[in-house]
Amino acid sequence: MSVPQYRKAAALALVAGLGISLTACSTKSDDTSNDAGGKVTITVDCQPVGAQKELLQNWNDDVAEFQRQNPDIIIKSVSVGEQCNNPPDFTARLSGGTVTDVFYGYMTDLQQVLDSGQAMDITEFANKDTISTWDSVDPALKEVFTDGGKLYAVPVKNYSMGLVYNKVLFQRAGLDVNNPPKTWPEVREAAKKIAALGDGIAGYAEYSAGNTGGWHFTSLLYSQGGQVLTEDGKKADFNNPMGKQVLQNLKDMRYGDNSMGSRQLLQWGDLLTNAAAGKVGMFIGAPDTTQAIVSQFQGKFQDWAMGPLPGQDGPAKGTLGGGEGYFFKKGLTPEQVKAGLKWIAYQKLTPGKGQFDYVRAKPQNYPVGLPQPLLFANGSEAQKQEFELRKANANVDTANFALFEANPIPIKGEPRNAQAIYAVLDAAMSGVLTNPNANLDALLKTAEQKVDQLLAAEG
Amino acid sequence: MAITTVPGTTRPGRPSSPYAERPRRTSLGRKVRDNLTGHAFLIGAVLCFALFSWYPMIRGVVMSFQRTRRGVTTWVGWDNYTRIIDDPSFWTAWKNTFYFTVLALVLGYAVPFFVAILLNELRHAKGYLRVLVYLPVMLPPASALFLFKFYAYDPSEAGLFNAILKALHLPTSQWMQSPGMTMPAMVIASTWMNMGGAVLIYLAALQNIPGELYEAAELDGAGIWRRIWNVTIPQTRLILALMAMMQIVATMQLFIEPLILANGAGAEDSATSVAYLIYQHGFFQNDLNGAAALGVIMLVVLAGFSAVYLRLTAKQD
Repeated sequence: MSVPQYRKAAALALVAGLGISLTACSTKSDDTSNDAGGKVTITVDCQPVGAQKELLQNWNDDVAEFQRQNPDIIIKSVSVGEQCNNPPDFTARLSGGTVTDVFYGYMTDLQQVLDSGQAMDITEFANKDTISTWDSVDPALKEVFTDGGKLYAVPVKNYSMGLVYNKVLFQRAGLDVNNPPKTWPEVREAAKKIAALGDGIAGYAEYSAGNTGGWHFTSLLYSQGGQVLTEDGKKADFNNPMGKQVLQNLKDMRYGDNSMGSRQLLQWGDLLTNAAAGKVGMFIGAPDTTQAIVSQFQGKFQDWAMGPLPGQDGPAKGTLGGGEGYFFKKGLTPEQVKAGLKWIAYQKLTPGKGQFDYVRAKPQNYPVGLPQPLLFANGSEAQKQEFELRKANANVDTANFALFEANPIPIKGEPRNAQAIYAVLDAAMSGVLTNPNANLDALLKTAEQKVDQLLAAEG
Repeated sequence: MAITTVPGTTRPGRPSSPYAERPRRTSLGRKVRDNLTGHAFLIGAVLCFALFSWYPMIRGVVMSFQRTRRGVTTWVGWDNYTRIIDDPSFWTAWKNTFYFTVLALVLGYAVPFFVAILLNELRHAKGYLRVLVYLPVMLPPASALFLFKFYAYDPSEAGLFNAILKALHLPTSQWMQSPGMTMPAMVIASTWMNMGGAVLIYLAALQNIPGELYEAAELDGAGIWRRIWNVTIPQTRLILALMAMMQIVATMQLFIEPLILANGAGAEDSATSVAYLIYQHGFFQNDLNGAAALGVIMLVVLAGFSAVYLRLTAKQD
């Protein structure tokens, strides 16, 4: 072969190779409907990642057992890495149109999923035939995933925030582990004593970055009886004595007492890493933060307990609640939707199975006995069964959460356009936690103006 | 008009091409066939640019004039642009980004040039020092920034920089927790991370400067600064201009530094950059169209800088 011919052949081979590569990169055709044998196939995301060995094994066992019981259904599990914890990953998959047939989302994701046009109305399918415990599921949670009278997702987790505290540090600081602070002035006093232990220990820790500062500001504001937006959702409603009290409490602890540690601009993983290392006395969070502290950040269950969210002069007037659910992708066949609902019913909503298989979880390094997920309505049959099973198989000291459970605080949801508002409120939180001369009125006024501007632009 | 070449009349000293003696044809099909090899090799690059650069760019522009709600996409004219300009963080982000760019020009642009001059002047351990300077480039940016975040910029006295300041009896800093220090701290980290590449490019340029120019300058009694001012800088002006342009374009896309060092917006929004604001809108606020509009604004600003650069360099040439 002469040189020009050789070059020509090489060039053509290169183009052909590129073409093949691009074809290989293109989206795989959808093969997830009914196959020739009359079987229904669905893809489901949020399969645990390989690093979570026991959780992954549990999931795979659940799939195998479910398919044995339902030989006409094939579940294709998809692990999407951090999607289940990381909103940007979820947005990317949603925008890219690569979500699975049955896909996981936060309660606050409903609007985003609807805007993407990928959510299916499952109202006519979600009932006792597909989910035997459906009537026991808390109606308030169903409502969160309902828009215009249509249901778009099935709730699978629900939480509310309280005061999480380190019992070991409480003991070392001479505090009563069975009597955590009930008001913010009591939190301040306790934080001062814990911080006095030295060694870089923060008596109380708080977020102020990555939108988590705004998220917690919201919960702290609820504890004061406030709200982020006015009732009609058109104006900010935190530039008032309640909002100022939230910031004042933090300022007093951070700079008045120096009891919040020197490192600020914390977000979720930062605070929990410090907590797992025994450097945090108290913070606000949901019961499952203790699970994250243990399974992701190598802390110990027995070190942690939880009380209700403190209020300013007495019990908190409200606490922030949230949760998760599974959506259904538009365009699924009725058989696929029913198959998906059956799977969720089995893995997420049946006492004794899946996430409620406490017998299986008991010997594993996952907590049984946490007052979560609060999926079933008070007094419902499923709630009684779940509670009995939880009590019988608890592997964490349920007394550690007894105060939280025995003193329920009214739960309030997140404001509309939550993430954009949280981003604005982050600045108020970071301002008060990083600037000893922060002007609280100015911080609140700036945040109020920004949120009003943002809401006006949204229309 | 077809031009033919007389056989055997190719210029002496130039290698004879196998195509040199063929008559040139005007038909497009013929031209394509004649240059098939070249076109075939070109297709790969063109496809890559088209798929991964031009198409997303065009799609971004289109999206910036649309709004998707409930799965329905409609044309909304300039609405996304007005909404994004009304975003309370819009001007903060631009102010921060320009501030970073200016600081990076002062520090991140000058330091590598003088380091390169220094390395060029050295007689010993040249190779070793070059590796040392280039080493941070080999670290993944995220790892390098985490090193700064947790060790260098720790606001307690245990932090590396604070320990040094304390040893020198100088006041310590809150670094990323102080709005006034956020940008300088990000520029220091960014310069350390990226300096190696620029130093190598400057070194290559410096080594192309004829030695006799320096010798002549020395004979005329020029000291080191005069030699730099009158020989080094004029001789490397094209590279300097190119690097300045690249630096401006790169620093205006500031993203990973605020994301890691400041956990996003930083103390009182002092780290919010334009690219970070795009990320906030696109991935946290369910506003891909607004993000696209901001992306287009950024594209226009950067294209403006590039145009100015092209004009300036064209005049210089």
